[in-house]
Amino acid sequence: MSQDFRLESVGLINRDKKLSFKFNGKKYFGYEGDTLASALLANGVHLVGRSFKYHRPRGFFGAGVDEPYAIVQLYRNNETEPNIKATEQELFEGLEAKSVNCWPSVNFDIGAINNFLKIFLPAGFYYKTFMWPKSFWYRIYEPFIRKAAGLGVASTKHDKERYEHKYEYCDLLIAGSGPSGLSSAYAAAKNGAKIILAEDKPRFGGSLLTDDVNIGNQSGKDWAEGIISELKTMPNVVVKNRSQIFGYYDHNMLVMSEKVSDHLPKTKKYHPNKRLWYIRAKEVLISSGSIERPIVFGNNDTPGVMLSSAAKEYLKVYGVLVGKNPLIFTNNDSGYETAIEFQKHGVQPMVLDSRKNPESEIIDEAKSLGINIKNSYVVVAAQGYKKVKSADIASISDDKKQLGKIENIKCDCICVSGFWTPSIHLASQSGNKTKFKEEIDAFVPGISKQQETTLGAANGVFSLEETLQTSFAKGRELSKKITDNDNEVNIPNVVEKKSSKHDKFWCVPLPAGKNYKRFLDFQNDVAVSDIEIALREGYRSIEHVKRYTTLGMATDQGKTSNLNGLQLVSEIENKVVPAVGHTTFRPPYTPISIGAIVGREVGKHSKPTRKSPMHAWHEKNNAVFVDAGVWLRPRYYKRGNENLFEGSKREAKNVRTNVGVCDVTTLGKIDIKGPDAAELLNRVYTNAWLKLPVGKARYGVMLREDGIVMDDGTTTRISENHYHMTTTTAQAANVLSHLEYYLQLVWPELNVNVVSTTEQWAGAAIAGPKSRDVLQKLFPNLDVSNEGLPFMGYMEGDLFGVKARIFRISFSGELAYEVNVESDNGNFMWEKIIEVGEDFKIQPYGTEALSTLRIEMGHVAGSELDGRTIPYDNALEGLVSKKKDFIGKRSLQRAAFTSDDRQRIVGVVPLDKKTSIPEGSHLVKDANAPLPNPKLGHISASCWSVEYDNPFSLAILKDGKNMIGEKLFVMSPLKNKVIPVEIVSSHYVDPKGERVRS
Amino acid sequence: MLYIKCPHCGMRPQIEFSYGGDASVKRPDLNKEISDKEWDDFVYNRKSLRGKHLELWQHISGCRQWIKVERDTATHEIFKTFKADEGVV
Repeated sequence: MSQDFRLESVGLINRDKKLSFKFNGKKYFGYEGDTLASALLANGVHLVGRSFKYHRPRGFFGAGVDEPYAIVQLYRNNETEPNIKATEQELFEGLEAKSVNCWPSVNFDIGAINNFLKIFLPAGFYYKTFMWPKSFWYRIYEPFIRKAAGLGVASTKHDKERYEHKYEYCDLLIAGSGPSGLSSAYAAAKNGAKIILAEDKPRFGGSLLTDDVNIGNQSGKDWAEGIISELKTMPNVVVKNRSQIFGYYDHNMLVMSEKVSDHLPKTKKYHPNKRLWYIRAKEVLISSGSIERPIVFGNNDTPGVMLSSAAKEYLKVYGVLVGKNPLIFTNNDSGYETAIEFQKHGVQPMVLDSRKNPESEIIDEAKSLGINIKNSYVVVAAQGYKKVKSADIASISDDKKQLGKIENIKCDCICVSGFWTPSIHLASQSGNKTKFKEEIDAFVPGISKQQETTLGAANGVFSLEETLQTSFAKGRELSKKITDNDNEVNIPNVVEKKSSKHDKFWCVPLPAGKNYKRFLDFQNDVAVSDIEIALREGYRSIEHVKRYTTLGMATDQGKTSNLNGLQLVSEIENKVVPAVGHTTFRPPYTPISIGAIVGREVGKHSKPTRKSPMHAWHEKNNAVFVDAGVWLRPRYYKRGNENLFEGSKREAKNVRTNVGVCDVTTLGKIDIKGPDAAELLNRVYTNAWLKLPVGKARYGVMLREDGIVMDDGTTTRISENHYHMTTTTAQAANVLSHLEYYLQLVWPELNVNVVSTTEQWAGAAIAGPKSRDVLQKLFPNLDVSNEGLPFMGYMEGDLFGVKARIFRISFSGELAYEVNVESDNGNFMWEKIIEVGEDFKIQPYGTEALSTLRIEMGHVAGSELDGRTIPYDNALEGLVSKKKDFIGKRSLQRAAFTSDDRQRIVGVVPLDKKTSIPEGSHLVKDANAPLPNPKLGHISASCWSVEYDNPFSLAILKDGKNMIGEKLFVMSPLKNKVIPVEIVSSHYVDPKGERVRS
Repeated sequence: MLYIKCPHCGMRPQIEFSYGGDASVKRPDLNKEISDKEWDDFVYNRKSLRGKHLELWQHISGCRQWIKVERDTATHEIFKTFKADEGVV
């Protein structure tokens, strides 16, 4: 198909580079510099999609971010992306796009039956209709509505594109590169301020690209180009196109989405698709301009009806005629500017002006060009289904209530201008309380709440001269405050045509006997009648009207609909618009890819991965890893075809019979130094710490102030004022913060310093009856006998030339030691242990065997210290000092914590000694009791006891103290299991704890 | 995202801090006999203030110091920040 609607040598596109693209499977051509919208229009394609609710044919309404409904599904580089505005998507070679919200095709859409049923689909239809029966919602109504509605389909594939985040700071952030943005940026840049100037479109200049004005004796467009090229050379200025500032957040932080690659067929190697900028600015200048607002009339959503500013932009920027027989419907002078452009390019438009006899330079020019103008005339309705074919027009009375005789005139597009609405979204998001400006029938920013200033059209100033003056002055003033420089900038002279006052007219009355849909919100299919229903049904607050009708919601955020909606409500309610107020503008201003928001923290980068210094050895020796917080730990070391159960059983068994070694580097470690260190430990742990001798370790439990166990671990006195604390892997960061809290805020008089040394030490636990033999071989010169290094003893040694710390502590319940060396020597230590341990049948063991060993010993861990248990619950009350005070002690007096039938840890064995018990199962008295069956407790951890060769679990059980020997049932509805069990002591193996002291 | 002045490091974004609750809460002295009510007030009971609030933050990804921040809970305006041991004026 040829580009029948493309003008010769008009516009800013690159005619040397022809591009092919596909829309709904059909091939077209456009040029570099086109948008998908302009290229389709050049080919005469107006039908792009179907509307959200009624599935009415929809075309292009705007030419950029203002577009409410030309939304397509984009296909690029074997990926697909929904919710793309055709007016913003730049054309590239091979682009493919499809219509959304239509099935089977945009030309024949079954959902369009809704349009003929529209009488049954008024505001609140879904709320009213799909209420009953309740069970129908999930099964029938919701899936049906979801299939029928929606604006595209998200890809289910992993997104291979890369999105980056960037943090930036600047003196002045300027949103928009139109006349006001350029002027303020230029003045501020001359004062040496650090500036970021952001433009959402590919081309800088804003309205200067399309307005027929003169600045400093050159065209507005040339002036803009000159300013931009000068700004680009300045080191203190960052100029960004394709970059939308979409959110204004607290403390002057704004977020900008930069489209780095969307205009290319494929993202370049090492480039991101989009870059999200978090910008903290000292001052923000909002120069976001204004959006033309429509006049509401019958069938005003027919493809071919569009904003007059959009028609002008398609013509001047892209050299595209949106029609060859245009009808222009306006209540102000902007429509004439579009008419003049048509006329100048050989197309005769007709202008309908709702005003009686307006006079201005612009109108004079239009008249002198011989344009056909009808005053006090309006479009009553557009005619045509998939494209405008004609318009019903009529004269209108001075009070705008009575229509004259309706005539039908042929036209192929209707360009509508209902005056201008400042884009106050960013200002409103900043917390600025907006105010209504009577002269322009629109809201403008009021008193600034943050460091923000709105300038130019966004502030309701439509005179170019005034915009340049205020913007140059503001840029200079704000930058001077920051840099102390005050360089004078000459404000160029401006030639612009003076315009006349607009007509306060926004909606054409319905002619007698006609029931045309007159749309307010094009994206959400909200018509005048919907608002009327909402008000009739008693909705008064504009926020409620919005939610009931969906006016101004979704991705459009009311860009073209907001004010007309308010006008209607105020008219029906007989209130003034400011009394009605406007709804809240929410970020993002325009849709932003989820990928851009997420950034690079996806997949394995969603959290950091921590590895011990011995990781490579584990990998080499077939370790199967498990996530332990952000750490990767060996779960078991696979031999042959072993599964987890077999492998961990072998490893645990070897610890009980010979000796095993486990990587315990991940344990949290905190170095504590200072004369008051013992006093600190005495206050944070429940047991006594003042008399711990140098060279000894002690097990301790710390509580939160509410009496709940926070963490446990051993702390060793290395020297007089030096302690080494260990925490659980999971709580390491919290414990450090906890200690810092008390030291800095509660007891600043304590002279103690704490610092994390988790990453400074590599740790290996050597456990089993033969562990002393291994240790002796590692440290041949040390006395590691039971007398030389008793249980809970500590010494330092030389491990083949490497400094080592040796702790005789045990988690497995066996005779065991922990050896720590500086992290860099971790692998050396590990290999030495394996090497010397060979004679004693040493095997490495992973976290699964580690769990088995601790569970059958009744040692508590994270699954029991789960943020809901007190020391008693874990059989740790013997460690709670009665003599001294400590964090959380007072809470232990609470009635619930001291009750006779308080929950307590117990052991659980299945009666058949075979059935494994799922963790998290409930314990009940009677398996057949009616639901809800009273829960007596829960299984916290399960293992296969290698000592007894049968399943064993730990449980937190109500009145656990008196339950030993009871027969209960374990119930797991999730696994559909009911298991008869016996309650036993939690100390299933070696209840007297003799092995650790052997 | 808030922009908080750490009295030790200067202006830093919120992501470097973690929130620590009401700074006006004072822990009862150790070994002091106190009523259940007093203890509950210390452990659990907090005013959910609208407006000016003195709160604790820790510069957890920075100097690790606990600081006091005077902030408006409705507008997020930060009036002043203090070191842990600084008297609040």
